[in-house]
Amino acid sequence: MTLDSRIPSGPLAEKWTNHKFNLKLVNPANKRKYTIIVVGTGLAGASAAASLAELGYNVEAFSYHESPRRAHSIAAQGGINAAKNYPNDGDSVFRLFYDTIKGGDYRSREANVYRLAEVSNNIIDQCVAQGVPFAREYGGLLANRSFGGAQVSRTFYARGQTGQQLLLGAYSALVRQMETGKVNFHSRTEMLDLILVGGHAKGIVTRHLVTGKIDTHVADAVILATGGYGNAFFLSTNAMASNATAAWRAHKKGAYFANPCFTQIHPTCIPVASGHQSKLTLMSESLRNDGRVWVPKKAGDDRAANDIPEEERDYYLERIYPSFGNLVPRDVASRRAKEMCDSGHGVGATKLAVYLDFKDVIQRNGRQWVEDKYGNLFDMYKQITGEDPYTVPMRIYPAVHYTMGGLWVDYNLMSNVPGLYVLGEANFSDHGANRLGASALMQGLADGYFVVPYTIGDYLARHLNEHVSPEDQAVLDARKDVEALIDNLMGINGKRTVDDIHKELGQILWEYVGMARNAEGLNKALEKIPELRKEFWSNIRIPGRPDELNPELEKAGRLADFVELGELMALDALHREESCGGHFREEHQTEENEAKRNDEEFAYVAAWENKGINEEPVLHKEKLEFENVELTSRSYK
Amino acid sequence: MKVTLKVWRQKNGDTAGHFATYEVDHVTGDMSFFEMLDLLNDRLVLQGEEPVAFDHDCREGICGTCGVVINGRAHGPLRGITTCQLHMRSFHDGETLVVEPWRAAAFPIIKDLIVDRRAFDRIMSSGGYVSVNTGGTPDANAIPIAKQQADEAMDAAACIGCGACVATCKNSSAMLFVGAKVSQLALLPQGQVERKQRALNMIATMDAEGFGSCTNTGACEVECPKEISLVHIARLNREYMKASFC
Repeated sequence: MTLDSRIPSGPLAEKWTNHKFNLKLVNPANKRKYTIIVVGTGLAGASAAASLAELGYNVEAFSYHESPRRAHSIAAQGGINAAKNYPNDGDSVFRLFYDTIKGGDYRSREANVYRLAEVSNNIIDQCVAQGVPFAREYGGLLANRSFGGAQVSRTFYARGQTGQQLLLGAYSALVRQMETGKVNFHSRTEMLDLILVGGHAKGIVTRHLVTGKIDTHVADAVILATGGYGNAFFLSTNAMASNATAAWRAHKKGAYFANPCFTQIHPTCIPVASGHQSKLTLMSESLRNDGRVWVPKKAGDDRAANDIPEEERDYYLERIYPSFGNLVPRDVASRRAKEMCDSGHGVGATKLAVYLDFKDVIQRNGRQWVEDKYGNLFDMYKQITGEDPYTVPMRIYPAVHYTMGGLWVDYNLMSNVPGLYVLGEANFSDHGANRLGASALMQGLADGYFVVPYTIGDYLARHLNEHVSPEDQAVLDARKDVEALIDNLMGINGKRTVDDIHKELGQILWEYVGMARNAEGLNKALEKIPELRKEFWSNIRIPGRPDELNPELEKAGRLADFVELGELMALDALHREESCGGHFREEHQTEENEAKRNDEEFAYVAAWENKGINEEPVLHKEKLEFENVELTSRSYK
Repeated sequence: MKVTLKVWRQKNGDTAGHFATYEVDHVTGDMSFFEMLDLLNDRLVLQGEEPVAFDHDCREGICGTCGVVINGRAHGPLRGITTCQLHMRSFHDGETLVVEPWRAAAFPIIKDLIVDRRAFDRIMSSGGYVSVNTGGTPDANAIPIAKQQADEAMDAAACIGCGACVATCKNSSAMLFVGAKVSQLALLPQGQVERKQRALNMIATMDAEGFGSCTNTGACEVECPKEISLVHIARLNREYMKASFC
């Protein structure tokens, strides 16, 4: 099947406007005849569900959480980008587009990214109207701060908990629609499969996490807003329940998975303390506005940080990248941190950490100023490490944080499976090979508030009154498959816990498919992961019963999918013989150890088609055309 | 270090529960409280027993999913943190920890330490929002908001909806939770249009859900992991009075 991105023709700045006119509309009186399923109610899902319900559609929304407000979008810290140019420092829609596409190392679609920049301003307006308490200046207008990969101050924020406030805004819009009855919210209900009828996405199979009951739900279209797959690495900044199951099951039903090897490792996270660590905690990129990254100049320097004088400190990001300094994009900062530690300059007990120091800004602006800006982040650091970042520098190390890869979607955010839409981190589209800070919040809300409410109408209008019966054979078969899967998992009765095998998968992926990859390592991963998969299916132990609340069964289902996805990640990384963004192949680097892209051969989206277990997936290439930007080598010097 | 856990076990909402005692060894100070429970659960699973079920997700103090009472204190002995942020260095070798779920009539037990807090969502559905549809909103800077006001609204908006306030209150009152949201929106221009109805509706739902009344004990403020102030309860009372009589 050839991939049709459906990018509209015409000049970049007019594509979205023209497209909106050309999309078919659903008559206001007809909207109530449609039911749309939304799986996942974080930023992208809640904003989509609320907006669609406001338009008049009937929405069935599902979350495995008890409440939409528990989605992991809540944890995003630093801020949301928009091209308002309130600070008058040179920002514009085109500049935001340009910074984002360059930040993505030229592996995303110009049209999608431009649209993102275009609607970014509407998002800020919407949030303020909902009562989101963004930070303000003394005159009463909105405040801004700067973020990685940009030389303008375009990030709007609410202390260090912007994701929380944006999610609560979308959540408030959603609960309002739950009250009117236009959204029927299914709490603690996990999607375990996609239902296709005649090749179109027409429903889902779910398991209720308290009763264990398996149910089928039919609708006129299905939206997945189920987040990223960072937890394949076990240790990541994701929440414990974050998983790839909904996306992966859709993939096994025919939806292509694009660029799975484009995983983002965030440079500033709290380092691992012990083998019992269950997750990694992010220290927002916004801290790099004022904190300075350094390591001791001398390798193996064991002195306490405050005992190392200025002349013996290597502020390496400022040294190597004079114009962006500490605000280089994440992939660049992460690799340099790893390099410093690999060459013996690491600090802390494990020597796998670098310093993020606030001494200078505290001296310059005072402790109160720093507390006002970053208070909650400093408290969080202190809670976890027992150290006080107001008096000693923070220790930080890179950690898996975000996944640019995801289900392939066209310009309408529809996957190659008709009727299946994918929003937010679950899709692949806008961030290319590396996501800039403060742009995930922007993308999730752009997709949910301002893109899918327009584009889904085009599909629905062409399929009026094509409702599927819950007794349709495809629906009954899908239910049987899920019931069989659960029986299989419960019947294994092995000797290892699910977490134990998950940790092993995480170690394989971190070692061979992590910050720096090479052919030998990737091939090793491709041997070890299938072996681990066999181990999983023969040796996990799940106590209890499937017809009650069973956390081990939940984790097992999710790990079954991670193990398969991990293999695809390694395969994708092996085939992409270049370095770009978060995908760094040691064989392809410049003399200065920067990523070396191969635009001639790899300026495409790698969309993988699943052919079944033990079968090689098939690669479909969507070539990327760049008409408005020049593909330069990404330099942040 | 070694700790003794007395944990509430309950099969489901229809079955009586009981305390079960477990010894947990090889605990280090750097481990979080939940990582210590994970350690116990690994052992239980390998022994073919059911692990202790508890709600948790972000493990960094922001999602509000987690929450247990430890030795009588909601979210444990420290102030200003959630259970997931509590580390074992807060306890000493040989200590006994009594671990219980949130107790409130409005939060029925689901299993072990997991309770049903959908009453909070129902309160929010009845008014914790500004009625604005997507699109057609004014420019974000159209209405200036004094920094102090925006900051105070943010203080109130920081509520994570965990329910510790309800759990610790002797009356199981949800006034701090409701007060936080009503305050946030009462302080912002965007919340003015529906200000009165919001207070009336949310209080009515709060009462209908079976939360108790507030007698200004102040335990909620002490236990709140985000240190939400009693000022927001005072403001809620004022909003309610004004809405009822003006």
